[in-house]
Amino acid sequence: MTATTTSARSDLSELGRSETALRTFLHGLPGVDQVGAEQRAAQLGTRSIKTTAKAQAIDLAIRMVDLTTLEGADTPGKVRALAAKALRPDPADPTCPHVGAVCVYPAMVPHVAEVLRGSAVHLASVATAFPSGQAPLDVKLADTRAAVAAGADEIDMVINRGAFLAGRYAEVYDEIVATKEACGDAHLKVILETGELATYDNVRRASWLGMLAGGDFIKTSTGKVPVAATLPVTLVMLEAVRDFRAATGRQVGVKPAGGIKNTKDAIKYLVMVNETVGGDWLSPDWFRFGASSLLNDLLMQRTKLTTGIYSGPDYFTLD
Amino acid sequence: MMFEYAPAPESRAIVDIRSSYGLFIDGRFVDGENLDKTVNPATEEVLAEVTWAGAQDVDRAVRAARKAYDKVWGPMPGRDRAKYLYRIARLIQERSRELAVLESLDNGKPIRESRDVDLPLVAAHFFYYAGWADKLPYAGFGADPRPLGVAAQVIPWNFPLLMLAWKVAPALAAGNTVVLKPAETTPLTALLFAEICQQADLPAGVVNIVTGAGDTGRALVEHPGVDKVAFTGSTEVGKAIARSVAGTGKKVTLELGGKAANIVYDDAPVDQAVEGIVNGIFFNQGHVCCAGSRLLVQENVAEQVLDALKRRMALLRVGDPLDKNTDVGAINSAAQLARIRELSDAGAAEGAQRWSPPCELPERGFWFAPTIFTGVTQAHRVAREEIFGPVLSVLTFRTPAEAVEKANNTPYGLSAGIWTDKGSRILWTADRLRAGVVWANTFNKFDPTSPFGGYKESGYGREGGRHGLEGYLNV
Repeated sequence: MTATTTSARSDLSELGRSETALRTFLHGLPGVDQVGAEQRAAQLGTRSIKTTAKAQAIDLAIRMVDLTTLEGADTPGKVRALAAKALRPDPADPTCPHVGAVCVYPAMVPHVAEVLRGSAVHLASVATAFPSGQAPLDVKLADTRAAVAAGADEIDMVINRGAFLAGRYAEVYDEIVATKEACGDAHLKVILETGELATYDNVRRASWLGMLAGGDFIKTSTGKVPVAATLPVTLVMLEAVRDFRAATGRQVGVKPAGGIKNTKDAIKYLVMVNETVGGDWLSPDWFRFGASSLLNDLLMQRTKLTTGIYSGPDYFTLD
Repeated sequence: MMFEYAPAPESRAIVDIRSSYGLFIDGRFVDGENLDKTVNPATEEVLAEVTWAGAQDVDRAVRAARKAYDKVWGPMPGRDRAKYLYRIARLIQERSRELAVLESLDNGKPIRESRDVDLPLVAAHFFYYAGWADKLPYAGFGADPRPLGVAAQVIPWNFPLLMLAWKVAPALAAGNTVVLKPAETTPLTALLFAEICQQADLPAGVVNIVTGAGDTGRALVEHPGVDKVAFTGSTEVGKAIARSVAGTGKKVTLELGGKAANIVYDDAPVDQAVEGIVNGIFFNQGHVCCAGSRLLVQENVAEQVLDALKRRMALLRVGDPLDKNTDVGAINSAAQLARIRELSDAGAAEGAQRWSPPCELPERGFWFAPTIFTGVTQAHRVAREEIFGPVLSVLTFRTPAEAVEKANNTPYGLSAGIWTDKGSRILWTADRLRAGVVWANTFNKFDPTSPFGGYKESGYGREGGRHGLEGYLNV
């Protein structure tokens, strides 16, 4: 729920102009009760998704995967292989859908772009001195522009957690606005790094800040800190995008990233989307999984459902 | 995109229901003469025939309990009683799926609740009181508190097995023997519990189960051979019991009706408050004596909270209790359904606005859609009388003092809820609420260590926790 009404639509865009206005607004959002939020997330996790519903969920989850590799050891060969897999995750089954996007470091973007050209698979690049965000603003913006110039149509930026936790909301806001501008036509995903925000109240505030500043998606994590995506954090973010749309009319996507390793987990997220924000978000345009190993488990479960046979990991490509 | 959940029914093959059941007296099932049917309220299918115990049967059960108390259970050291209770608790855990399915079949509650709430609490209750059995001298009731003797226990149909656990576990831990009468619409899990007592080698006569309706219950509580009466159910029957045992020396605990206020202040964590409201009134189809059946919401957030509540209610999945995705199951009986309908119609006739989400109800069985009434005043019947169904009355308030005044303005006083981010306001409010249980930023939370019971017409005595022992000890 928001502290605003629909008539406040124009007011919200003014919030970023003043540190005080931003603070007053963000601190005026209703609190999140930790116990209650975790209980609700756990309760949704007990839904039993079987047979036709499971098949539907698996295909949807595959289409929502941002197939990711963000390692120092990434090579052009490795990311090309990943891109090929993104296009055709299960070479043995042409009915298997392609994934949502490939997500790599900026330096790897050109190699992926070669493979994905002409396909419907998006190319996401992390930017803004990922994962720490500890670089001067002009470096972060140059990072972003370079990624877009190399062919990325989605940018995953990290927010300045230090500034956020210190209460310098305007600084965070301005950085997101500047990055959004540097993105041009590319979609901007704002990584909140919820593992470092510590409280659900902070997650809700950071979600609103990211949306107010123009983010097209809000994303949980870099995957580079110990606590990545969790169900309760995603629940709070989903409530935020729901309320933001009610307040402003603009729909923002959500991307949990890191730690979602198997089909069972992915389905729990889809159930949560379904019962928190509804069918409008059940599309790769509005919900993504930042993951790497998840895809193979989805493929294994998919094969199991269609053939009745559970294959070993050697029957699916490594990357 | 639509994401429809395919049916995910829990298998009922796990439970073996006999075609007819006798009474469990002195460690054995004995056949009776009067048989009546118990049905699945979700389908109206007959599940089994159950004996309705007459006065003679009750007398035999009380004598068996007396003999077991005098010869075996009373003299037995607490640590040995504990062994039996622990054994029963473990058997309940081992057979929990079977018990959960049977509970959902006979009662109509969703398997999600019988599996995730009822059964874990039932086992926890037996484990908890097993722990007390050899520690009674340290419970604060003197150096050597003695049991009372034979306990007559009459339980309701809303949480059949859980209410059995609340009654039987402390009674046995304290050294009493029991004769228990389950509700006439939900006797089956109590009869399965009798089998568990046999499986646990519980000495004959320590637990006796007599099935039947009001006459059986009356014969039991009025029997001169019982030393203690414990009743959970309606205030009307509770008053009759209190009258009938007056002057007899029987110790009594009564856990009766409620019309709990769930107070939502304007600084509440709204999303969680809405979950709490839903859990407060739609948990177990609202067949909960401590249900948060009156929502008191601060005027300045009423619209926002109600919008969110309606949006959430539209997601409630009403239907087959054995489907693992069902949130709201069947109303327990035709009689209860009629009462819910009568009071809801009265609410609409008195001028409150009625709303239910679009929801398809099964054709057979007893069903009632989750319903809220807005624009309710303190004078409306839906704000005063216990509906015991999935019906919420919404009232508003301006100041904290008004919230407390409205919350307390009821003949009942079993439970209440407070939703606010301010700790000081929680304490201020809880201090002033005349209710046995006050939940803060949560609702319908139960734990064997926590005492439960009411003020005013909600009854007297406490069940659960150390306090729960008092009702079964001669102190």
